[in-house]
Amino acid sequence: MKFTLKIWRQQGPDDKGRFVTYQAHEVSPDMSFLEMLDSVNQGLIVKGEEPVAFEHDCREGICGSCSLVINGVPHGPERGIATCQLYMRRFSDGATITIEPWRARAFPIIKDLVVDRRALDRVMQAGGYISVNTGGAVDGNVVLIGKDQAETAMDAASCIGCGACVAACKNASAMLFVAAKVSHLASLPQGKPERTRRVTAMMEAMDREGFGACGNQYECEAVCPKSISVRFIATLNREYLRAGVVESGAPTVPEAPHAESD
Amino acid sequence: MTTLDSKVPSGPLETKWDRHRFSEKLVSPNNKRRIKIIVVGTGLAGASAASTLGQLGYEVECFCFQDSPRRAHSIAAQGGINAAKNYQDDGDSVARLFYDTIKGGDFRSREANVYRLAQVSTQIIDQCVALGVPFAREYGGQLANRSFGGVQVSRTFYCRGQTGQQLLLGAYSALCWQIERGQVTMRPRTEMLDLIVVDGHARGIVVRDLVSGHVTAHTAHAVVLATGGYSNVYYLSTNASGSNVTATYRAWKQGAAFANPSFTQIHPTAIPPSETHQAKLTLMSESLRNDGRLWVPKVPSGRRPPNDIPSSERDYFLERRYPQFGNLVPRDVASRAVKTLCDEGRGVGPGGHGVYLDFTDVIEQQGLDVVRERYGNLFDMYQRITGEDAYRVPMRIYPAPHYTMGGLWVDYNLMSTIPGLFVIGEANFADHGANRLGASSLMQGLADGYFILPYTIGHYLATTKITPIAEYHRESREALERVASRVTKLLGGQGRRTAASFHREVGRILWDHCGMARCEGGLKRTLQSIPALREEFWRDVAVPGSGETFNQELEYAGRVADFLEFAELICHDALHREESCGAHFREEHQTPDGEPKRDDTRFSHVAAWEYRENGPPILHKEPLTFEFVQPTARSYE
Ligand SMILES: Cc1cc2nc3c(=O)[nH]c(=O)nc-3n(C[C@H](O)[C@H](O)[C@H](O)COP(=O)(O)OP(=O)(O)OC[C@H]3O[C@@H](n4cnc5c(N)ncnc54)[C@H](O)[C@@H]3O)c2cc1C
Ligand code: FES
Repeated sequence: MKFTLKIWRQQGPDDKGRFVTYQAHEVSPDMSFLEMLDSVNQGLIVKGEEPVAFEHDCREGICGSCSLVINGVPHGPERGIATCQLYMRRFSDGATITIEPWRARAFPIIKDLVVDRRALDRVMQAGGYISVNTGGAVDGNVVLIGKDQAETAMDAASCIGCGACVAACKNASAMLFVAAKVSHLASLPQGKPERTRRVTAMMEAMDREGFGACGNQYECEAVCPKSISVRFIATLNREYLRAGVVESGAPTVPEAPHAESD
Repeated sequence: MTTLDSKVPSGPLETKWDRHRFSEKLVSPNNKRRIKIIVVGTGLAGASAASTLGQLGYEVECFCFQDSPRRAHSIAAQGGINAAKNYQDDGDSVARLFYDTIKGGDFRSREANVYRLAQVSTQIIDQCVALGVPFAREYGGQLANRSFGGVQVSRTFYCRGQTGQQLLLGAYSALCWQIERGQVTMRPRTEMLDLIVVDGHARGIVVRDLVSGHVTAHTAHAVVLATGGYSNVYYLSTNASGSNVTATYRAWKQGAAFANPSFTQIHPTAIPPSETHQAKLTLMSESLRNDGRLWVPKVPSGRRPPNDIPSSERDYFLERRYPQFGNLVPRDVASRAVKTLCDEGRGVGPGGHGVYLDFTDVIEQQGLDVVRERYGNLFDMYQRITGEDAYRVPMRIYPAPHYTMGGLWVDYNLMSTIPGLFVIGEANFADHGANRLGASSLMQGLADGYFILPYTIGHYLATTKITPIAEYHRESREALERVASRVTKLLGGQGRRTAASFHREVGRILWDHCGMARCEGGLKRTLQSIPALREEFWRDVAVPGSGETFNQELEYAGRVADFLEFAELICHDALHREESCGAHFREEHQTPDGEPKRDDTRFSHVAAWEYRENGPPILHKEPLTFEFVQPTARSYE
């Protein structure tokens, strides 16, 4: 197979950047998209040119490093996968493919297709944890957690933190990311004590980092490599609302000592 | 001159760790604030250590080369984590986990370390639950378990096929808390390129900021390496593309002994390589062997579709050779069996590099839905990569380099032969002997980071007089110069070959001669071909761009350069060990029916190698004595 690639090249944050066209020859349908880029890069290196910078590590859809907008869609045409899980058999021979970085105010470009996503880490640092010290934890079976509830927590916790949801959103909102994190911890009994502070701190951090507001268009769910459901955004909104009520001091339902899904 | 003192406490095995903890000196809370510790790596080992040290009150500076600590390679672990909880009441105990691990490692690990690992395993699960790790649960709300290879109990805890991800996110969240509190300073996209040793003590590291290219020295009272394994020396492996040996290798060159570098685990169930541009091999979790059956046609059947081959014409080779453990024999045993068949020309698929892993029986007995629930994500992954539907056609699998039991030598306190340099997780050699059992690495990483290192490093800090050093101290300057001149050298060439082409070549050489089977002739030839290849690398490698910017090719070329040196050390180690044990199979040492022959009289030791500037490395031996279990022939039949 062969392809024409229009790749975004940008020396650094201050460079304006532009598309450059490359030809990819002798591509086998069994190659992954990133292997196809590898081979283009090998060609550039032997010519003494700088290879296209792009991010990758695990190459099996779990680390969240890879982050390409392919033909306008974060992670490309197939649903429920990350860029590294995309194979060339998905494209028709001779096609032209455009490749761009994530574009969002909170994700400045470092070089070519690589962006700085530390904003997501800072949102996590604001409250995406349960503050327990190491040691002294009670036996893991002391608090029983129903299978369904554990599965819900796991559905949310599957988020790989790639930022595709932000890249897909017109407002560059990180709502799905924050929703996944908040819902994961809020649906477990261990996460309950800090739920009020957590959701408030993370929402504030999200604003501070320059992520936009949720426009309810759900492009985020469509591109999420783990198909994280937008219903978690509803959970987040509920958590946030609840936190507002708790903080304003209005009477609330006392917290159940144990896990029940809500 | 390197000396190996394992510092294993005397007395009964069961109480060694407790007594040791009590006799260790503590650092007073007020002093902790004034002590700085560098942690390199944010996988399970590094993240758990950095967060716990921060929580204890030390000033921690933590480094990783990914853009976020949460992307460390641990994130990719699939199957699960072991712990001797005995929730299933199936006969498990600390003693049994200890015994399984010692035996699984083919009696090449330290008893005291392994026992301690089994002891703290139960605390790990509790800690992870407290951090919000969503482990799989039974309907009744209790934690669920599955079984893994090499054992007869069910002690593996899991989060679907994403256990590493969830455990790492737990440790990462603990780290986030300490970063927020100001206890930990996190430096992502920063690569350690050298170690600073002052008066014989590890006092800092030299790093390159991967975005700006700046090279700087960072000093501290102690340094912890949690930099993972080096299976990528084989080029194709199941590891993330960034995994490398640089941090531990540079520490080796500064005097830390490297133990058992040739003990590399080749995992039996990876998707077979299919084409030349392939950049990595994808693991299919070992848990699949719980329900999948391995087979090949009794007589090579060309392109005959597997479903047309009646069961009388199939050889279920593991069940035949190892009736007791069947498809659940340890990894080294399974991998070797697969290799032997394929070498005999009985393999299936392209090039005969593969055997079938078949789920027909379990689908018939328990239904498609059960199988889908258990392994759905793995089947999806398989289909995406191969284009085949494993619910209908058996999977094809082939062994792949996966995990390195070898690593920097550490004593019972996890300290290397350089005082003040601690090594944890896959980067050290300590607990798995010559073969690691499935689901035991996550356990070891978290044991080291949450529960062991935070104690033992305290004793070192409390009992060692550590004088302040300036940032531009002589040793720091020297280390900075070493790094700078290497960067210049890498960029200076007018070469025509890519670093990847050298990487692929050295990987191929190692795979052929120091992979699943090794022999004296092959190893000796390899020891001659690698230096030649290395010379060619320095003459002909092409690294475009500059050192003052984000330059991925420069990073990569530096790692390949280290692999090209390190490969030689691996071969020295494999050559010296004239026995077969665990993953190390020397063709000269096998029984007539192809089982490995261990030699306890001559090789019941850890081989710890010391760097020498001009000339081959120097071998030191730490004898392994077994007080509590008797080494026996390791039989799974
Ligand atoms: C596909 C796969 C599946 C697996 N499944 C399981 C399983 O189910 N159960 C199990 O027990 N084990 C499993 N393993 C093994 C296990 O995942 C690893 O052994 C373990 O996660 C290693 O953890 P670590 O913390 O030691 O290192 P890693 O997670 O590899 O982390 C290394 C860290 O060091 C940093 N680093 C490295 N070098 C440098 C440098 N020079 N400068 C700065 N930073 C550096 C990296 O950035 C990273 O943060 C699996 C392995 C693979 C490949
Ligand atoms: S490279 Fe890890 S998710 Fe794609």
